[in-house]
Amino acid sequence: MPEEREVRIGGHPVRVWEQGQGAPATVFFAGIGGLPSWLPFLERLAETRRVLAPSLPGFPGAPEFRHLDSLLDWIVQAVETVETLGDAPVDLVGSSVGGALAAEVAALAGGLVNRLVLIAPFGAFDAGDPSADIWAQPPGPDSLPNLVCENPEAWKAAWAVPEGDDPLDWQVLHSRSVEAAARLLFPFGDTGVLRRLPRSRHPTLLVRGERDRVLPASYLERFREALAGSVNVEVVEGAGHLPELDAPDALARMVHAFLADQQAP
Amino acid sequence: MKNLWFHLMPYKDLPDDFRERHPSVWVDIDAGLLDAGRVHQHYNEYLDELEYAAEVGFDGVCCNEHHQNGYGLMPSPNLIAAALTRRTSSPAICVMGNSLALYNPPTRVAEEFAMLDCMSGGRLIAGFPVGTPMDTVFAYGRNPSQLRERYYEAHDLVMQAWQRPETFSFHGRFNQLRYVNVWPRPVQTPHPPVWIPGGGSVETWRWCAERDYVYSYLSYFGYKAGAATMRGFWDEMDRLGKDRNPYRAGFLQFVAVGETEKEALELYRVPAEYFYGRCLHVNPKWASPAGYQSEATMRAKVQSQVALAAARSGAGAAGGGGGGTKKGAMGAAREWRDILDLGYVIAGDPDQVAERIREVCVSLNVGHLMLLCQFGNMTTDLAQYNTRLYAEKVLPQIADLFDDEWQDRWWPQPLAERATPRQAARNQQAA
Repeated sequence: MPEEREVRIGGHPVRVWEQGQGAPATVFFAGIGGLPSWLPFLERLAETRRVLAPSLPGFPGAPEFRHLDSLLDWIVQAVETVETLGDAPVDLVGSSVGGALAAEVAALAGGLVNRLVLIAPFGAFDAGDPSADIWAQPPGPDSLPNLVCENPEAWKAAWAVPEGDDPLDWQVLHSRSVEAAARLLFPFGDTGVLRRLPRSRHPTLLVRGERDRVLPASYLERFREALAGSVNVEVVEGAGHLPELDAPDALARMVHAFLADQQAP
Repeated sequence: MKNLWFHLMPYKDLPDDFRERHPSVWVDIDAGLLDAGRVHQHYNEYLDELEYAAEVGFDGVCCNEHHQNGYGLMPSPNLIAAALTRRTSSPAICVMGNSLALYNPPTRVAEEFAMLDCMSGGRLIAGFPVGTPMDTVFAYGRNPSQLRERYYEAHDLVMQAWQRPETFSFHGRFNQLRYVNVWPRPVQTPHPPVWIPGGGSVETWRWCAERDYVYSYLSYFGYKAGAATMRGFWDEMDRLGKDRNPYRAGFLQFVAVGETEKEALELYRVPAEYFYGRCLHVNPKWASPAGYQSEATMRAKVQSQVALAAARSGAGAAGGGGGGTKKGAMGAAREWRDILDLGYVIAGDPDQVAERIREVCVSLNVGHLMLLCQFGNMTTDLAQYNTRLYAEKVLPQIADLFDDEWQDRWWPQPLAERATPRQAARNQQAA
C-alpha cells in the first residue's frame, strides 16, 4: 500500500498517495471517479518509478471543490497541486478528467512538466462526432461503470466498500466525484485546451482504449495535431475509456516504455 | 383554506403508442409530434379554462414553467400570466414559478414579476422553483454542480432588486451588475408573497422557514405518497419553533368530480391514463445528474427509499408513489384503478370529493390546495364540467376550513382600487 499524506491546496485538504523510487517523479491525475482506492495500474507503475497520486478536487481524498467556479480556478488548483508536491519537473500522467487538467498544466506551466502522458483526455468536443453524455445516464450503480469500462468489475473492485465503512458514505463519494467532473466539464467536456496546447513542447504519449465509448478516436487526433512537441500515439486493445482500470498491465507497460525511451526536453 | 386552479398545459395529441415508440416526453421529445396549429387551439382553450376557473370562484389560478416538455406547454409562464391579468379581475395569479437560475441576468425575473404585479393590481404570487433536472440541466444547460448556488444567489438578487430603494451594485459569484434599479417595482410591499415549489429536501424546508416563505409540494402522486413529505415538513417546522399555520404549505392534487361516483369513474379514466401513461414517460437518464441533489438530500432520500421499500413489501402495494419525485414517476401506476387506489386522483361525487379533500387538508395540514381539474388530454368541456362541479358543490363545503384559527399571511394584498380593462367592462355591460 502507498504512503499517504495530506497537503493543503488553496486552503483545502488534498490526499497524496506515494509509492516507489526514482527520479523524476511520476504524478498521476486520475480519470472520472478518481481514486477510491490504490489501483493495480499505479502498483505496476511504482515498480520502477516514484509515483505520486494527488486527489483532484471533489474526487475521493479531496472533498472540497465547490469553491471552484471557473476553469481558471481549476487550472490554478492543478498547477498548485504539482507545485506543492515539490518535485518538479515531473512526468505528468493524466487520464480522462485528469487528462484535461494535465494538458492545461503542460500548456500553461510547462516548466513543471518533464514528459506528458494523456490517456483519453477530456477537453475537446466535436458536434459532428460527439462524445457520450456522461451526466445523462440512467440512475443506478451500474450505468457509469458500464459506460467507462469494458470490464466494469474492475471499477467495482476499485469502489468496493471497505469493511466497516457506511455504503451510503461511498455512494455520496461516488456522486461527488461525478459532480466534480461536471463542475469542470459540463456539458461537453470542452475546455478549449486545444487552443492552448501548442504552448506545450513536451514529449507526449497519447493513449486511448480501443473501445472507448465516451470519447471518439478523432479527439485524440486533435490533441496530436495541437501539441507542438514529439507525440507518440498508442491504443490499448480491448480497453474502454479508463484503460488504467480495464488493462492496468498493458497501460503500465506503455507508459514505462515511453518514459524510459524519451529524454527530457 | 384557499383553492387554486392549476394548469400544466399538456400537449393532447401524443400517440397511443407513445411509450413504445418514443424514449421520452421531456428534453428530446420528437418535434415531429408537434402540430403548432393544435398548440394554437390548446393555448386558447387552456386560457379559456383558466379564465373559467376564475369566473366560478377559485381563489387563484396557477401556471408553471417547463422546457422541451410534452405535458407542459409553458416555457414562459409569465406570458400566460400576463394574459390572465387582463382577462381575470379578482383571483390571485400564482406563477409557480420562474426557475431563477435560468435567467440571465436574474433581474429579468424581478422585472417581469413586477410587471405582472402592476398589471394585475397586486395579485401576483411569486413562485421560485429550482426547476427539474430536465428543465435546468438538460434543456437549459445549467451546470448541475452550480445550479443551487446560482439559484440562491439569483434569489438574493431579485429580493434586493424589489426592496432596496437605491440603485445598487450586486457583486455575486455568478452575477455582477453595476447598476441594479428595476422599473417597475411590485405593487405589493415589501414584495409579493413568495412560494417555493420543492421536493422533500430538509434544506428547502429550513430555507422557507427562515425566510417565511410558503413551501409547496407539487407531486403528481397525490395525498398518499405526499403524506410522508408533508409530515417531514411539519416535523421540521416544530423543530424550528414555527407555528403549524397550514398556510405555510401548498399541495397539488388531481381531482375528478362527477354528479355521481359512477359518472366520475367513467368520465376521467382516459385523460388520467393519458397523463400517467404518456405525459410521465420520461427517460430515466434525465432524472438524476450528479450534483442536482445536495449530499444531505441524497442521504435523506436513500434512507427514505429504504423505508419506502420496506413499507411496500409489508403492504404489498401495487405500483408505488416513489416519494413524489420525477424519478419516482418512472415506476408510477398507469392504470385507472391503481391511479385511484394510490390516491393520485381523488374522484367521486361532490360529497365524496369534499370529504376526501377535507381529510387530506386536515391530515397534511395544507391551507393552499392547488387543484388539477384539467389533466392529460381532457377536453375543455370536461375540464369546465369538473371545474364547475368543484366550484359549486365541493368548494362551499371546505372553503371555511382553517379560517377560524389561522390567518393566511402569504396571500396577495391587491390594491383596493384596481383598473378594469375597457373590453371587460363592455362585456360585463353587454351581459
